[in-house]
Amino acid sequence: MAGPLTTTRDMDTLPKLLKHHAQVRPNHPAMREKDYGIWQTWSWSQVHDEIMAFAAGLSALGFERGDTLAIVGDNRPQLYWAMAAAQTLGGTPIPVYQDSVAKEMAFVLQHAEVKFAVVENQEQVDKLSEIMPDCPALKTLIYKDPRGLRDYTMDFLHSYEKVQDTGRAFMKEKPGFLDAEIAKGKGSDLGVMLYTSGTTGQPKGVMLSFDNILITARNNAVMEGLGPDEDVLAYLPMAWVGDNIFSMGQAYVCGFTVNCAESSETVLTDMRELGPTYFFAPPRIYENILTTVMIRMEDAASWKRKMFSYFMDVAKRVGTRILDGKPVSGMDRLKYAIGNMMVYAPLKNVLGFSRIRLAYTAGEAIGPEIFSFYRSLGMNIKQIYGSTEASVFICVQPNGEVYADTVGKPAPDVEIRLADNGEVQFKSPGVFQAYFKEPQKTADEKTADGWVHTGDAGIFDDNGHLKIIDRAKDVGHLNNGAMFPPKYVENKLKFFPYVKEAVAFGDKRDAVTVFINIDIEAVGNWAERKGLAYSGFQDLAARPEVYDLLLDCVNTVNDDLAVHPMLSSCQIHRFLILHKELDADDGELTRTRKVRRRFIAERYADQIEALYDGRDSVYVSTEVTFEDGRKGTVSADLRIRDAKVHKVDEPLRKAS
Amino acid sequence: MSVVADLTDINQASVAAHARSIGDVVLSVQNISLSFGGVRALTNISFEVREHEILAIIGPNGAGKSSMLNVINGFYHPQEGKIIHKGVERKSMRPHEAARRGIARTFQNIALFKGMSALDNIMTGRNTMMKSNILAQALYFGPARKEEMEHRKFCEHIIDFLEIEAVRKTPVGRLPYGMQKRVELGRALAAQPDILLLDEPMAGMNVEEKEDMCRFILDVNNEFGTTMVLIEHDMGVVMDISDRVVVLDYGRKLADGTPDAVRANQEVIDAYLGVGH
Repeated sequence: MAGPLTTTRDMDTLPKLLKHHAQVRPNHPAMREKDYGIWQTWSWSQVHDEIMAFAAGLSALGFERGDTLAIVGDNRPQLYWAMAAAQTLGGTPIPVYQDSVAKEMAFVLQHAEVKFAVVENQEQVDKLSEIMPDCPALKTLIYKDPRGLRDYTMDFLHSYEKVQDTGRAFMKEKPGFLDAEIAKGKGSDLGVMLYTSGTTGQPKGVMLSFDNILITARNNAVMEGLGPDEDVLAYLPMAWVGDNIFSMGQAYVCGFTVNCAESSETVLTDMRELGPTYFFAPPRIYENILTTVMIRMEDAASWKRKMFSYFMDVAKRVGTRILDGKPVSGMDRLKYAIGNMMVYAPLKNVLGFSRIRLAYTAGEAIGPEIFSFYRSLGMNIKQIYGSTEASVFICVQPNGEVYADTVGKPAPDVEIRLADNGEVQFKSPGVFQAYFKEPQKTADEKTADGWVHTGDAGIFDDNGHLKIIDRAKDVGHLNNGAMFPPKYVENKLKFFPYVKEAVAFGDKRDAVTVFINIDIEAVGNWAERKGLAYSGFQDLAARPEVYDLLLDCVNTVNDDLAVHPMLSSCQIHRFLILHKELDADDGELTRTRKVRRRFIAERYADQIEALYDGRDSVYVSTEVTFEDGRKGTVSADLRIRDAKVHKVDEPLRKAS
Repeated sequence: MSVVADLTDINQASVAAHARSIGDVVLSVQNISLSFGGVRALTNISFEVREHEILAIIGPNGAGKSSMLNVINGFYHPQEGKIIHKGVERKSMRPHEAARRGIARTFQNIALFKGMSALDNIMTGRNTMMKSNILAQALYFGPARKEEMEHRKFCEHIIDFLEIEAVRKTPVGRLPYGMQKRVELGRALAAQPDILLLDEPMAGMNVEEKEDMCRFILDVNNEFGTTMVLIEHDMGVVMDISDRVVVLDYGRKLADGTPDAVRANQEVIDAYLGVGH
């Protein structure tokens, strides 16, 4: 689809692309939302009108070029339009994580000196009203869903529709105003500001220009052959850079349709109804789906189980080869075709994956079995590697070269080099402008010669693919000198469906130990089948039978590590199962579910000591934060178990 | 301990606003006595229900609370006494006639159609408002189709209001208890009643679910002005959300007044509430 993509090359801002699509494909669906249980559609010309009306209304409320507009809520068309409206007026949208607690949100709004905010519903109105005293610049709050707000009479509160009505009147008085504003925009203007969730310290505001977003979006769209007929499901947080690229950047570059999920609980149903063609999900979602499928298969009739098992074996043998275009025997092709009719196609249909031409995953390592499960069904799932500071794409796996343990080759126009300490550095048109109001941190992030630190340690393999080992500063060393990449060990554990999260310790220690979070779905299901009664997460996590189950997993990991050339000393010696899930609301994980090592090391210092001083159990009492911000404590006695460790000779020290 | 946590200024304004709007007596129960053979379920009960208010009926188990609701609903016919609804004295009435007159209810032990989806169950609540004849509905054309769409739209409003979109197509028998109660509330709401009778709407729920249910009840009362009569055992809930409370014990009325007045009433304390230790 090079045609439509190249003709828009000189449209260097989102609003200009909006005008283009409204002209060239006015009736093509641009956005959908499920309302009243039915999918409602807006065409490009309708979306254009909605955005213009809102932009004019914002202007009438006093929004000026250079102002920032905070966006808080789930994926709703009106919120996406508000972002484009701010960009039309030369302002900058700042989408914020809607599940942030008030303190986190206050920080972002204060730091960015936000004057205007568009929020989804009463919950967000309440949250922002609460923090308004801390954000003196915030003067105007616009809400989309009026439910529950009937009696709210504050004069800083406006409804989205009223703002649009005002806007339409404004446009009648000043007809050329918006077009003039759009014409003032250029590619180097600030397009969006995204605050990173930060594994360490306070969030930083990443400033991305239109060029950053659109050039990266276009490069990837050309590489993957995306066009205006794609259907994308918008369900991931709007504050995350990926959603910005997929649901805004690429949507505006290609002209395809963005479908907003009805709510976070209905995502799977929505996927099934929609059948998106282009899809992104972090590995844990693919994993959850697979676990659900397997659990349900165990309940199926015996002939169905046999059929499933036979055809999944066929798929395992030849499916990936067929997808990669490699030679496969005629007999196998026939079996695969029958399997497709009986198992793979119906399965993909139920999951909503029937029409997927391209599925990405990123953010964490994905278990090899999970990866090959989907690929063997004929779904083109590939790994990418990126960051907010890169406008997403740093590496992408090309079609036909898709492996479970790499993140791919450099994306178009992206250059990569490895520093002496193994850190991955890159240069690309997607490199962010700066961290807002943090010149020192910006300077630290970029090297002297204009490359960007990723903070990840990686190596290139023989195929020219990049492999990420771990965060560079997390890579530690055991006391015997052996390299210890905690994420590597954790991922090996997390590949088991029973393990939801794991935190490994070992830097400056004699041996490696881990905390484990069980996956309540998978372990709960296992417990039920064994006839083990349990009364909730904490109870299940404390059971000796569950410890035995996880001991098996740990021992298997140790078997693998024992034969690894460099990491045989990283075998896990002891482990404990945590009494509660690690949670972003408690500060233990980031908003994108990444482990915050330093925080956990401080908070659970006693428990870590217990792992190393040989105790059998340790008491823990943690403060937890409930969804509405209230606090409570959860305590338990955690048992500690020893794992089976293979003796190995002195490990090879890390080659310098 | 307040179940409906920290009312903000906004909410207090709203509570005040709707409190002012409590209207005249819409239902008057006078000298109702009900017996089943030798068992006297209700003895000489009288109280009034005003428009737009939330009235709670409380009392120990066996006090006759559900029987009272059933009398209002038309399930039971009292041996003595009368009911005056909207100024008209009611003759002995069947439940469907009560439904047509704008009284809807939920049940203590849930009376949903377990095999039907949540959406379909809520649609059945629109039963009294469906006008097209059986032939048109069976063939599903023209006016029946249009009517179905209108009803579906209204039910979707309710589904959105009760936040049960994710389970709209799930057979209700497979839903957890708390969800079933919500669906039943939805079905009662679908009838657009003037008076809503809720029989222990929060039985079996944890604190979070109770808070949600309270919020729904208050929102319904606030947005639609529906009068509510609810039977409830959780004193925190009763004291927080009701405008007036009627206390029954062994079929007799012990007290009738605002939550604070009832809470301080010595007879009520002796019979039911007890004291803190």
